[in-house]
Amino acid sequence: MDHVREIVPDAKKGIKRVFQADRKQIQRRVQLSESLRYVFASMIFMALLVLIFLLVDIFRTSRGWLTWDFITGNLSIFPEKAGIFGAIMGTLYMMLIVIPVTFILGVSTAIYLEEYAKQGRLKHFININISNLASVPSVIFGLLGLAVFSRLMGLGGSILAGGLTMSLLVLPIVVVASQEALKAVPSYLREASYALGADKWTTVSRVVIPVALPSILTGFILGVSRAIGETAPLVVLGIPTLILRVPRGIMDDFTTLPIQIYYWTLDTVLTPEYGNLAAATIVVLLLVLLVMNSVAIYIRNRFEKKF
Amino acid sequence: MEKDTKIRALIQQKIKEKNYVMDKIVPGFLLAMAMISVVTTFGIVFTLITDAYRFFSAVSFREVFSTDLAPLNANPRFGFLPLFVGTLSTSIIAMLVAVPVGLSAAIYLSQYASAHVRKAVKPLLEVLAGIPTIVYGFFAYSFVTPFLMRLIPSLSAKNALSPGIVMGIMIIPMVASLSEDAMNAVPKIMKEGALGLGSTKLEVAFKVVIPAAISGILSSIVLGISRAIGETMIVTIASGSSKAFTLDVTKSMQTMTSYIVEFTSGDAASGTTGYYSLYAVGLLLFLFTMMMNQLAHYISKKYREAY
Repeated sequence: MDHVREIVPDAKKGIKRVFQADRKQIQRRVQLSESLRYVFASMIFMALLVLIFLLVDIFRTSRGWLTWDFITGNLSIFPEKAGIFGAIMGTLYMMLIVIPVTFILGVSTAIYLEEYAKQGRLKHFININISNLASVPSVIFGLLGLAVFSRLMGLGGSILAGGLTMSLLVLPIVVVASQEALKAVPSYLREASYALGADKWTTVSRVVIPVALPSILTGFILGVSRAIGETAPLVVLGIPTLILRVPRGIMDDFTTLPIQIYYWTLDTVLTPEYGNLAAATIVVLLLVLLVMNSVAIYIRNRFEKKF
Repeated sequence: MEKDTKIRALIQQKIKEKNYVMDKIVPGFLLAMAMISVVTTFGIVFTLITDAYRFFSAVSFREVFSTDLAPLNANPRFGFLPLFVGTLSTSIIAMLVAVPVGLSAAIYLSQYASAHVRKAVKPLLEVLAGIPTIVYGFFAYSFVTPFLMRLIPSLSAKNALSPGIVMGIMIIPMVASLSEDAMNAVPKIMKEGALGLGSTKLEVAFKVVIPAAISGILSSIVLGISRAIGETMIVTIASGSSKAFTLDVTKSMQTMTSYIVEFTSGDAASGTTGYYSLYAVGLLLFLFTMMMNQLAHYISKKYREAY
């Protein structure tokens, strides 16, 4: 008994010591976990800080250059007189091609895949093909456009050639977005339509598409805004550097906002004022994209139905 | 009775007529539209291969894998190694930025952040992904390079470091959102089990969530690399067009993509070896990005832990 009595206080002390050590270890683990929380958060903060720097840099460089004359003026070799009206019209004309072509191609493809195609090899093949196409670098689409539209079909650096190239580039985005929209339409709506005696096309055109349309449009606008900001394919098509007149038809040569930014940025080496012009054009481009994205978000929040 | 069957027959006939048009023509039209994306892919592969074939029949493989690149000389030489090194260097720099920041963001958003913070931060990160690459190019050239020059005085005005970093910033949202999706797909029971056993949030992240989501995380990184290889405008503007073979990232380096852009916006006369070299570089670029995408697909399929 005696030796037990001697041991017990020792054991108590030992257990206490173990608990204290344990508590210290736990504290250390919690401290590590909590301090790394701030490390992770600061990484995000740094990324967002870069975004702020980017915007500040661009707005500061463009200050004083973004005037009404700049937006409505034609290109000029004198930086003080240069305007981007031609580039704005070029972008708009290109959209006249991109919008109908991608809408018809993209939405039709999605309807075929989601509503008509039977589960099988063909559907799988087209789906794989679209996801592969989505990951092809944009400059490669430029090479395709150069070989097929510009050279083979003889369209040169026209708005038509540029618009068709851009349409193929954004097609996968529109298809995938439309597919998601169609998938989200619950099957009981289709079944109810069939139960009322409607056939396949009536069901698709009167029930499925109207329900899916807001989401389709949201994805479509985001896809088209990608085409507005894209540069590389058009540069590869050989869009000329200096176009002093405004395009009047889809067979005219043209320039767009991103291309103008590209050439002005390259030219800052010789004439620093071109940097200011590039920044002012970027502000216009970002505003256009901001408006389009806001419209897309508005459509999604206002019209999208949840089931 | 007789009248009744007549009416019924009439209805049957009408339905047949109507169905015939809508059931044959509509699916046929939709299928034709869907096949255009397939035709596009074949078009890309076909143009790249035929023109690249012409290039490789004029230039030996030995020359292609040399370091001597001078496409516009009277006696042009086409060694693509400088381009490979340029692409590799800028992509590695980009991933050195995108992977740590992207994964930190994913860990923070999926493990630490409250629902409110997540809702506020995620759209802001998406803004980074929505900015056109030409704008990043301008930013790299007009802001990041001068800023880095203060730290590294020997930095050239055109260098591989600054576009690499900016490209990394552009890829952050992609790595972050794909990794976060993978981390969120890990069942809550596993996280709660680990927390219940006394793990800290950090331990849950590194010992439970990341191992379980590793396939999605790795494939997001591989997709990021593919994006970096195919990125064009940032490197074209900020890295310049030096064709020298160098490993020094403070000097100008040309990537495969910027070679294509520089050479087409210059005068690449159709039918010359220089013109076909575009397609050879394009084909290699296409193959590299395709390999990366297939690898990403393979990783996410093969190592997925299903719960």
